[in-house]
Amino acid sequence: MGNREEKKILAAEEIHRILIRLSHQILEKNPKASDIVLVGIQTRGVYLARRVQASINDIAGLLPPTGILDITFYRDDLTAVGLNPIVKTTDINFDINEKHVVLVDDVFFTGRTTRAALDELMDFGRPQKIELLVLVDRGHRELPIRADFVGKNIPTSLKEQVEVRLKESDGVDEVVVIEGSGGYK
Amino acid sequence: MNWKRKDLLGLEELSREEIVAILDTAASFKEVSTREIKKVPALRGKTVVNLFYEPSTRTRVSFEVAAKRLSADVINVAIETSSVRKGETLIDTGRNIEALKADVIVMRHSSSGAAAILAKKVNANVVNAGDGWHEHPTQALLDMFTLKEKTGEIKGLKVCIIGDIAHSRVARSNIWGLTKLGAEVIVCAPRMLIPPEIEKMGVKVSSNADKAIRGVDAVNVLRMQFERDEKTAFPQRLEYYKNFGITKERLHKAGGNIIVMHPGPINRGVEISSEVADGPNSVILEQVTNGIAVRMAVLFLVAGGEKNRT
Repeated sequence: MGNREEKKILAAEEIHRILIRLSHQILEKNPKASDIVLVGIQTRGVYLARRVQASINDIAGLLPPTGILDITFYRDDLTAVGLNPIVKTTDINFDINEKHVVLVDDVFFTGRTTRAALDELMDFGRPQKIELLVLVDRGHRELPIRADFVGKNIPTSLKEQVEVRLKESDGVDEVVVIEGSGGYK
Repeated sequence: MNWKRKDLLGLEELSREEIVAILDTAASFKEVSTREIKKVPALRGKTVVNLFYEPSTRTRVSFEVAAKRLSADVINVAIETSSVRKGETLIDTGRNIEALKADVIVMRHSSSGAAAILAKKVNANVVNAGDGWHEHPTQALLDMFTLKEKTGEIKGLKVCIIGDIAHSRVARSNIWGLTKLGAEVIVCAPRMLIPPEIEKMGVKVSSNADKAIRGVDAVNVLRMQFERDEKTAFPQRLEYYKNFGITKERLHKAGGNIIVMHPGPINRGVEISSEVADGPNSVILEQVTNGIAVRMAVLFLVAGGEKNRT
C-alpha cells in the first residue's frame, strides 16, 4: 500500500493507563458494580473489553461478565460495501436484562457501528442502561450518538485513518494515525 | 475470503475456500437461532421466493425459516396452483417472479440444470434447492457442517454414502463437497444403483455394506426413493434392509462409533432401523437444525453483496 506516513498517537504504556482510568470511571458512575456487564465489539473491542474486565477485577475485586458482539448482520451498508464482510462470532451467554451494559469499541467514528450494536443488544434483552466506552474518539459523527467513556480525543481529517493495534491481534499496543489513506475502512 | 458469486447452483463449481466460507458463515448464524429473538436484520427489505416444482416440505420450510430469521420477506410459489399448469415456461415464470422485484429465487426442479438455466436468465440470485439427479448443494453443506461440528475437521474423515447413489443429487453434492475438503468417500449400493464411472469423482465403490462402513467416521444414509422411478428394478425393500439397512448390529460390527446422518424423510425399516434413527449415533435432527444456519449463510452470501456479479 505504499509508504504512507504514520504518526503514533498512543504508546503501550498510555493505552494501559487509559484503560485503568476508564475502569475507575465505570465504577465511579455505576455504584452498583455487580450490575455492570461488558460487551466488546468485534474485533479489537473484544480485547479491550477483556482488559477492562481484568482492570475492574484489580480495582474492585469483581469480574463483570464480558460478551462479544459481531454487528455484521445489523450493518446499514451490507449492500453498499460491495463484497460480503467476514462474519465473526457473537457470544453473550449472560442475561443483559436490567444490567448496566458497557459497550466497548476501539475507534469511535461515524457512530454507525454503535447504532448497529445498540440495535443488536436490544434484541438480546432490555438493559437498565447502555454506556459506550471507546479508546479513541476521532470525530466525524454521522448519527446523534456520543460516548460515555473516552480514552483519547484525536481530531482527524476525513482523509486520515486511525488504527488501533493491540497485542492480541497485532502483536503491539499502539494507536497510529495514517495520512491520506481515507477514513472509511 | 470474500464471496463473489451471484448464485449457488452446486458444489461442483465451488472452490474449497468458497465451501469453507459458507460453513464458517453458517457457524455464526447458528448462534442467532439460540437467541430469544431469533432474527437479525441482515436481509431486511429483500424478497425471497421459494419456487418449488417438486414436492418438498423439509427443504422449503428450512429455506423459509432461514429467510425469515434474516428479516427477508418470503413468498412460496406452489406449483400445483401456478400458471405452470397453463404451460408457462420456467424462464417466463422466473422473469415474472423477478418482475415482482424478488431478490432471491430458491428453486427446486425435477430437471438437472434447471437452476443454472434460470440463473442465466434472471438478475435475481438463484439458489438451487435440488435439480433432478444433479445437485442439492445446501443439503450437502448442512451434512458437512454437521460433520465438522461433530468431528472438528472434515479433512481426513472417512465417509460412506449408502443408498440409491444413481438417482441421488444429495450423494452427488456430498461427493463434490467432501472430496474437495479432503475426506475419503465410499459409496455403497446395490450394483444397479451405482452410476457408471462414479469412480471418476474420486470415490471408492462397494456393494457390500458391511465392508463399506467398516472403520468409517460417518455414514450418510440415503432414502430409498421408491417414488422417483417406479420402473427401475429396485431390490425388494426387505432384501434391501437385510443387505444395506443401517442397523445397530451392522454399526456394531463396523466399529460402533459411527456418526449416522440421513437427509430425511427417513423410511424406518428400509434403509435404517428405528433403533439407529433414534439412537445415540444419529445426528438426523441436528442436521435439520443446522440446515437453517447453512441456508441463512447461503442466502446472506448470495444476496448480501453487490449486484451484477457473475
